Order: sequence, then C-alpha cells, then structure tokens
Amino acid sequence: MNRRPYGKTWWKTALGLFFTALMLFPVYWMVNVSLTETSDLRSDPPRWFPFEPTFVGYTAVFDQQLPSLATSLLIGFGCVLLTVVIAAPAGYALALLNLRGGRTLNFLLLVAQMIPAVVMAMGFYAIYVRLGLLNTIPGLIVANSTIAVPFGVLLFTAFMSGIPRELLQAARIDGAGAWRTFRSVVLPVSRNSTLTVSLFAFLWAWSDFIFASTLNRNGDLIPITLGIYKYIGNNTTQWNAIMATAVVASVPAAILLVVAQRYVAAGVTAGAVKD
Amino acid sequence: MTTSPTAVGTRGADAGTGSVPVPAAGPRRRRRSPGPSQWTAVGFAAPLLVYLVLFYAYPLIRNIDLSVHDYTIRAFVQGNAEFVGVEKYVEIFTSSTFSTALVNTALFTVVSIVFQFSIGLALAVFFRSSFRLSSGLRALFLVPWLLPLIVSASTWAWMLNSDNGIVNSVLSAFGIGQINWLTSPDTALISVIIANIWLGIPFNLVILYSGLQNIPGEVYEAASLDGAGAWRQFWSVTFPLLRPVSAITILLGLIYTLKVVDVIWIMTTGGPGDASTTLAVWSYREAFGTGQPDFSPAAAVGNVLILIALVFGFLHLQLQRRQEAP
Repeated sequence: MNRRPYGKTWWKTALGLFFTALMLFPVYWMVNVSLTETSDLRSDPPRWFPFEPTFVGYTAVFDQQLPSLATSLLIGFGCVLLTVVIAAPAGYALALLNLRGGRTLNFLLLVAQMIPAVVMAMGFYAIYVRLGLLNTIPGLIVANSTIAVPFGVLLFTAFMSGIPRELLQAARIDGAGAWRTFRSVVLPVSRNSTLTVSLFAFLWAWSDFIFASTLNRNGDLIPITLGIYKYIGNNTTQWNAIMATAVVASVPAAILLVVAQRYVAAGVTAGAVKD
Repeated sequence: MTTSPTAVGTRGADAGTGSVPVPAAGPRRRRRSPGPSQWTAVGFAAPLLVYLVLFYAYPLIRNIDLSVHDYTIRAFVQGNAEFVGVEKYVEIFTSSTFSTALVNTALFTVVSIVFQFSIGLALAVFFRSSFRLSSGLRALFLVPWLLPLIVSASTWAWMLNSDNGIVNSVLSAFGIGQINWLTSPDTALISVIIANIWLGIPFNLVILYSGLQNIPGEVYEAASLDGAGAWRQFWSVTFPLLRPVSAITILLGLIYTLKVVDVIWIMTTGGPGDASTTLAVWSYREAFGTGQPDFSPAAAVGNVLILIALVFGFLHLQLQRRQEAP
C-alpha cells in the first residue's frame, strides 16, 4: 500500500470531522440539555451551547439515583462473574477437550442468540413468579447473563481453538491434569478474551431495559436504566435532570471506549466474522 | 479445524524424537481409556449444559406453555390456567393489530437495514484510507452503539419533541412547519426508524471496515493501474469482494432488528394507536405494557417472532457454513 503523506488528505480529515460531529450530535445534545437551566429548556430558538451551565440536573441525579447506580454496578459485576464462570470452562471443553456433540452445542448457542429478549422475559417472569425471584438482584443477574453467555462461549471457543497444542502438550508432560492445564495455561493465555467477554457482559447488563422493566418493576432496588425510565414518566418537564441521569448512565460506556476500545472492536467483529 | 487432542498427541510423539520415554507412554494410556477424557470434557461443559437447560430451555418451554393456556395474573399465581390449544394463536392472527404489526416489523427492519448498511459501508470505505485522526474518529463512531438504549432513545425522544425539540426548531429555520414526530400516526414509525438507523450504523461500520481490511491492497493497485477510478474501484473490486461479509452483516442486522423493543417502547410505546407497533413491541405491550397483563397472546406473538427469527438464523448459518468450506 502506498501511504501518501498526510498533507494531501486534509480534506478527508475535515470531512471525517464533519461526519463524526453529525453522528455524535445527539450525544452532544444530551450533554447540552443536561446543563441547561429548567426555564431555558423550552426557549425558542433553543440554547445551542451551555454558556451558563447549571448543575441542578446533576444534583438531582446524586440525590435520587445513587442507589440505582449501585444496583446497576452490582448487577453488572454479577453478570460478568456468572458469564465468565460458565463460558470459559465451556469454551475449553469445546475447543480443546474435543467434547462429543460439540458441533450441536455450538449450533444451539447460535440459535440461542436469535431468541428475542422479550420472549425470554416472559418465560423468566412465569418462572420467577413461582420462585419468588421477581424484583430481586440475583434474578436480574441470571436473566441478563442469558444475553452474554452464548456470546461468551462462542468467543472463548474461537480463541482457545487457536492456542498452540505444544503449550498444552508441555503442560501434560509436566504432569498437569485437565483442571491444572485450564487454570495455569489456558486461562492466562486467554486473558484478552476474558476481558472482551467481561466487557460485553457488563455493558449489556448495565444497559438492559427489557429484563429490568419486566422482572423488576416493583423492586426497591431498581437499576439505573429503569431509574431513567421512571424519571421520564414522573417529571416530563425536567428534561435537564433526565438528560443528566442519561449522561451519568453513559459513563461506563465512555470509560470502556477510552480504556478498552480495541476489545470492543474485537468483540463486535468476533460475533460476525470468522477468520 | 477440529483436530482431536488424541491425534495431536500422536503426532507430537512422532515429531518429538528427542524426548524418548514420556510421549510414548502418553498416547497409549489415552488410547486405552477414551472414557475418562470425555468425562473431563463433559465436566468442563457441565455448567453451561445445566445453564442452558435451566435458563434457556425452561423459559422457552414455559413460554410455549403460556401460549397454549389461558393465563391471567391469578392463574399465574395459582397455576390453574385452562388449556386452550391454538386458540390464542387464532386470536392473534385474526386480530386487527396483527397485519399492522407485521407490516410495521417489515418496514422497520428493512428500512433500518438498508440505511444502516449503506451508510455503514460508505463510512467504512471512507475510513479505509488513512488520514490524520482517522482511527480516533472511527473509534468515536462506536459511541452510539455503546450507550444504553434508554439513553439514546430518550435523547432522540427529546430531540424529536413537537414543541421544544431541536429537530423541529432547525426545520422551522428552513420554513418547514411543526412536525409531530412521535405523536402523529404518519411519522411515529419514521421517527423510531431514524433513531434505530443511528443506533445500527456503528455495528455495520465496524464489521464492514474489518471486512475491507481483509481485501489485499494489491487488488486496488492493480485496479488503479488498469485506470479504474474510485467509483469504478468500489463497484468492481470492493463491492464483489465484500459480498460474503455484507451478507452476514445484513442477516445479523435482520435478526437483531426483529428483536428490538426498547427503542420503540421508550420513544412511542408503539403508538399512537398501533402506528409504530412491531411484533416484538406488541408482545411486550400485551404482557407488560398495560395495567392488565395478558400473557397468553403475548407468548403466542413471541413464539411467532421466534419462528421468523429462526428462518433468518438458519439462512445465516447456511451462509457461514458455505463460506467456511471454500
């Protein structure tokens, strides 16, 4: 590939900046509205820039939504733990232990990803009603993990199939059993996959609305997504506070984008493209 | 792809001529007892198997059970719902909402995907050439995809607000009168489609971009030596070579878009009337959206949706299999 000097491509940078600005306008608008005075929310023309930012919206968030944020964090971490504990060993069995029926299992996992969440939510509701698991955090962790587990297994399987056999051979020669090999060789080598799976499990659980709004409608501890939803229902006038909550709810996504961008791209691609 | 550990072990023993005794003992022991190693594999997969039965199969069976009984909230708690066979399915197929929801689902999915894909592809081609800031800007395009859906959907709802929304305010500067985006039956579906297109662009961009990376640069060099311009290069090189990745992107998009509830529910709750109700939203509304939950028809709609999703799912698997076998 012939790399031209950057100097000749300044118009592409300009065009790229323009596209990005257009694409991210809603995000900017969310931040802008969150900093707007309540009395200015309905001004015409609207305030394009928060020249005199107000933090009333954010004060409201920290007054009212801290428990929701904590609940979401708890659910997110619970979901990560459950997903990795189930998916990593399963990936090992599928990729390296030559599990009989592995193809069928792979197929079932692909099918599982196609099932709409609303259908799962109804099934879970019917089960949870009887078990008394409605409005509980463990109930939500389990329901949320159903999005991440099939993805996690497929990702771990894909990665672990690529681990050099010599490495496992060496472990076996050293007298390590399957469990030792898994714990001391396979898991450390698969660190990046674990990160990608954890990242997505967390993000999906944090962002979940369907399960929260169906299985945790009357709970004392509601996740932040439901917090925003109830907020919209109750105060249709205070859009600065709603948008402030939305900004706070977006913080994990922002952190992940900065810290773990390549894992995000890897995860998106892994689900679709096999190489 | 699926090389069994036993086969690898034997090969390893043949190749490792230097280290004599250990590899020779290894394969023989394993050949004598294939049982235990298979049990180890099952052991590692056991949590997943239990999980799939408990948290996938059981809810799905429960869902079928819901659709063939007449469940009310009371019957739920007491567990004495009456068996009604396919009555609920007949009920939903003959409901006036059914045809509306089916058409809306088709429109929502097809229009969303056409735009998501073409915009995603255009951006992927644009970002293929490196320029100053290109990778940073590309990363920023991921933002809409990472945000919680409630965040983006409520932001869009406020932007499209009839009286105070920024969209109407900009349009009025061009002399276009107030459009009741979310509250008029003519525009509600369009509004949720716009928001959904915005949400789907990052996914398409990332996958198509990685597909573009796999096209060797020499192909383009050859094309430009033959005098093909950028436009010609796109249609004669990029587009055909990207076809496999495109097919998978579109099918995955179809499967994802069919399932969408949150965006529509948060922006319009499927209304006004049924104007923006898709099958998934309909199912959600029947079960959880009103004061009086009606689980049986909701489950029936859900099962119909699963069938539709599975058709596309099998297409996807078929495509992927064909691509794996060159």
